[in-house]
Amino acid sequence: MAELINLVLLAMLALTALRIIFLKDLFAVIMLFGIFSFLSALIFINLDAVDVAFTEASVGAGISTVLMLGTLALTGRKEKANSHSSFLPLVVVCITGAALIYGTLDMPDFGDPDNPVHQHVAPRYIEESPKEVGLPNMVTSVLASYRGFDTLGEVVVVFAALIAVLSLLSIRKETEQDASESGLKSHHVLHVVAKLVIPLIILFALYVQFHGDFGPGGGFQAGVIAAAALILYALVFGLPNAFAVIGAKFLYCMASAGVLLYASVGLFSMYKGGNFLDYNKIAAEPLAGQHYGIIIIELGVGITVFAVMLSIFYAFSSQTARSNIK
Amino acid sequence: MTTVFAVVCIAILVVMAIALARAFIAPTVYDRIIGINMFGTKTVLFIAAVGFLMGRPEFLDIAIVYALINFIGMVAVLRFFEDTTPVK
Amino acid sequence: MLFLDVISSILLISGVFFGLSGAIGIFKFPDFFTRIHAASITDSIATILIVGGLLLQTSFDLNTVKLIFILVFLMITSPTASHALAKSARHGGLLTMAEAKEKKQEKTG
Repeated sequence: MAELINLVLLAMLALTALRIIFLKDLFAVIMLFGIFSFLSALIFINLDAVDVAFTEASVGAGISTVLMLGTLALTGRKEKANSHSSFLPLVVVCITGAALIYGTLDMPDFGDPDNPVHQHVAPRYIEESPKEVGLPNMVTSVLASYRGFDTLGEVVVVFAALIAVLSLLSIRKETEQDASESGLKSHHVLHVVAKLVIPLIILFALYVQFHGDFGPGGGFQAGVIAAAALILYALVFGLPNAFAVIGAKFLYCMASAGVLLYASVGLFSMYKGGNFLDYNKIAAEPLAGQHYGIIIIELGVGITVFAVMLSIFYAFSSQTARSNIK
Repeated sequence: MTTVFAVVCIAILVVMAIALARAFIAPTVYDRIIGINMFGTKTVLFIAAVGFLMGRPEFLDIAIVYALINFIGMVAVLRFFEDTTPVK
Repeated sequence: MLFLDVISSILLISGVFFGLSGAIGIFKFPDFFTRIHAASITDSIATILIVGGLLLQTSFDLNTVKLIFILVFLMITSPTASHALAKSARHGGLLTMAEAKEKKQEKTG
């Protein structure tokens, strides 16, 4: 049954990819990209990788679609006609593809228990993590505790992405007279429903944030979902109103505060006499220390991701608003 | 009960495939959006049904995320439309 | 227990029936506004029936709450999305079948 579902989903995924290649309307391409992310998240669900599916659904289908639409509003809807001959690229792609398929012949079978991935560190995590970390969701204990240093690196990368975007595009606060109206101004039903729905989304984001130790979810996903709630607000009510709720300056402070919170947990454990990010030393008991450490660093991750996603959206759409005025 | 869930899952997959076909071949852009919206709502139902089929009810969390993201994506697409089409 | 199973099977299967008929509708109906009508109405009824059928299979815990959340959320957002889409299409200048016919007659006549 699961294999049948997998096959159907993979077929849909391949068809979507093919359709994306042959479409000239970039707007339709972006919508199909959203479907592509949804489908790959469905495949992850079917493979039981719930946390990965969560991230793919919220980041891939949600935020990137919104950001790509923002870019499209700046550039234009039609793909330019390609004047080059596409024979040489075809040959290169065919050779690369053949080499990759040849490479897969040496790989272990799909779902083989002797697969090196299942023999390396995974058995240790599965056997020891209930005793060492004590969280029901093993993905969180690997992500936040065993590989806490990696995750710190990831958060710093997210932060660096914000710096990169801001050095290219600045967030321009619009003055009163040239403030562009939201295009959805006449959609009164949408206004009422958005007001109803946004608190529900933020509530769900908080649930994902603090339930991440027990079920799928965690700081990354919660940050993205909370940012999506405010993006919905900005889309429906216009950017100036969103700036009034959370200003850009405050977001910069939040983004750096999240990273600092994460790193300060590491420094605190060093102060207590352990290694960097050694949660066992934080509280009197090792297990309690692990719990405190993981909750605090997940909070740091959530704050940073929320602030970064929202500021990137602000940067993109304030550019769009400005170009519309011109 | 498992057979019913399996039948439901497969039937929803068929609906998703038809909606996807509508999104691929559409007379107007708006028809494409209908197809995509329908695909999104049916995906939410599909995840919920698969969760019960496999006995993994924590899939419901992802179904909620899909529902949220689907709505936000729709609003973003409509906003883009209203911003780019000249007012008549 | 068996009684509940029977009811939930009936709900699930009828929900799937409505879903399939909606999917056929978005291909068979003649113009955009009839197609969105087919899609949005069957979406709502299929959601109610399928989530209702799944609700009967839960043992009144967190999953029940989540399913109700999904139901409420979809019942609010799905018709809104359809309404906003139809309004945007109207705003963008899409005509209904009758209006298109009238325009054609005006041109020829």
